[in-house]
Amino acid sequence: MRGVGTGHVDSSLHRGVTASAQALISSAVDTSSLSCYSDFASLLITMSKMQSSSRASSDKLSLRSSAPSSVLAPRRATIYDRNVNRRAPDLALSAFAFLFSEMVQYSQKNVKGVQEMENKLSAYGYHVGQRVLELSAIREIKNAKRETRVLGLLQFINTTIWKAIFGKPADALEKSKDQEDEYMIIDNDPISNKYISVPKDMPSLDCASFQAGVIEAVMDGCQFPARVTAHSVPTDLHPLKTVFLVKLDPLVLERERYMR
Amino acid sequence: MVVYSLYILNKAAGLIYQRDFNDGLQKLSSNDYLVLSGTFHAVHAIASRISPVPSSSGIEVLETDTFRLQCFQTLTGTKFLLISDPRQQSSDTILRRIYELYADYVIKNPFYQIEMPVRCELFDRHLAAYIKAIS
Repeated sequence: MRGVGTGHVDSSLHRGVTASAQALISSAVDTSSLSCYSDFASLLITMSKMQSSSRASSDKLSLRSSAPSSVLAPRRATIYDRNVNRRAPDLALSAFAFLFSEMVQYSQKNVKGVQEMENKLSAYGYHVGQRVLELSAIREIKNAKRETRVLGLLQFINTTIWKAIFGKPADALEKSKDQEDEYMIIDNDPISNKYISVPKDMPSLDCASFQAGVIEAVMDGCQFPARVTAHSVPTDLHPLKTVFLVKLDPLVLERERYMR
Repeated sequence: MVVYSLYILNKAAGLIYQRDFNDGLQKLSSNDYLVLSGTFHAVHAIASRISPVPSSSGIEVLETDTFRLQCFQTLTGTKFLLISDPRQQSSDTILRRIYELYADYVIKNPFYQIEMPVRCELFDRHLAAYIKAIS
């Protein structure tokens, strides 16, 4: 280990070094005997020995980023290290189905009713939506466009967002006839419901509330606050058909009128 | 090519699913179905023990003049019994396909409790569609 410091912790301190090690390093250490160490591990051992013998000095040391950080925290290539423009390979549907099944079972715990359970599922989807929106914003950076109108944003969700998550656009986008502030995004075969048979004692439950949460996050993220709920509308042809009802905040409608 | 009925037994010999696909079959009382499945489970277990072949999988096929019973046991001990016409071919592939449907629409359903009776609408629907398609 070469980096014997000159009185400050270098900014090149390796990111993988954990907080505890940082505390260890920044705590006063006598550096006079350190320069001969070539191995980070033995450095640490020595440092802890020094700590125990409580020899204090005002000197601190800086670490080279080439230090093998595996001793402290295994630094694997994370999802953030990958090229953001390259699409991840498609996942197995079974893997998603089992994971989602566990999520539904988990959300069933400690809830009083169907509504509360749907809210929980929606909250899971909200996290997904926030990330998907950010990712699509980075990917589309060249022809980036800020959606300023409700319809444009809903189209964006209907096509781009839906394709990014499910590999296909949603089946329809409709405007409510009687309510000015309501829009409907329709998916005839939502992937979350593919294997789920809702029990008879909770007929109003729709596990696609997860996707409703995704939509809500995208709407909120684009400054179009809205409340999104999922309603299953089974038909003979599409027994899993789900309507995502987007109820816009009054503020959005006001802005929309102003822009017209 | 007629499939008469399907039984699914859990590993404790409990009948978790029973369905007839042919209207001509005489309905039994639910207790009788349980007795039938329990009896088969016991005979299957005895057969696998007394078989001269080591580590036998027990009864696979039972052929009679009037019906043919095919049994498929999964690795986890669930048994699928298919009762069909004696001339029915490839019952084992039908059972494999039914097992796939079971794995999809029963096991992946978050509201299904394992080893409990199967009440999954999607499983019923897809099973009926499949049986209709092959007969």
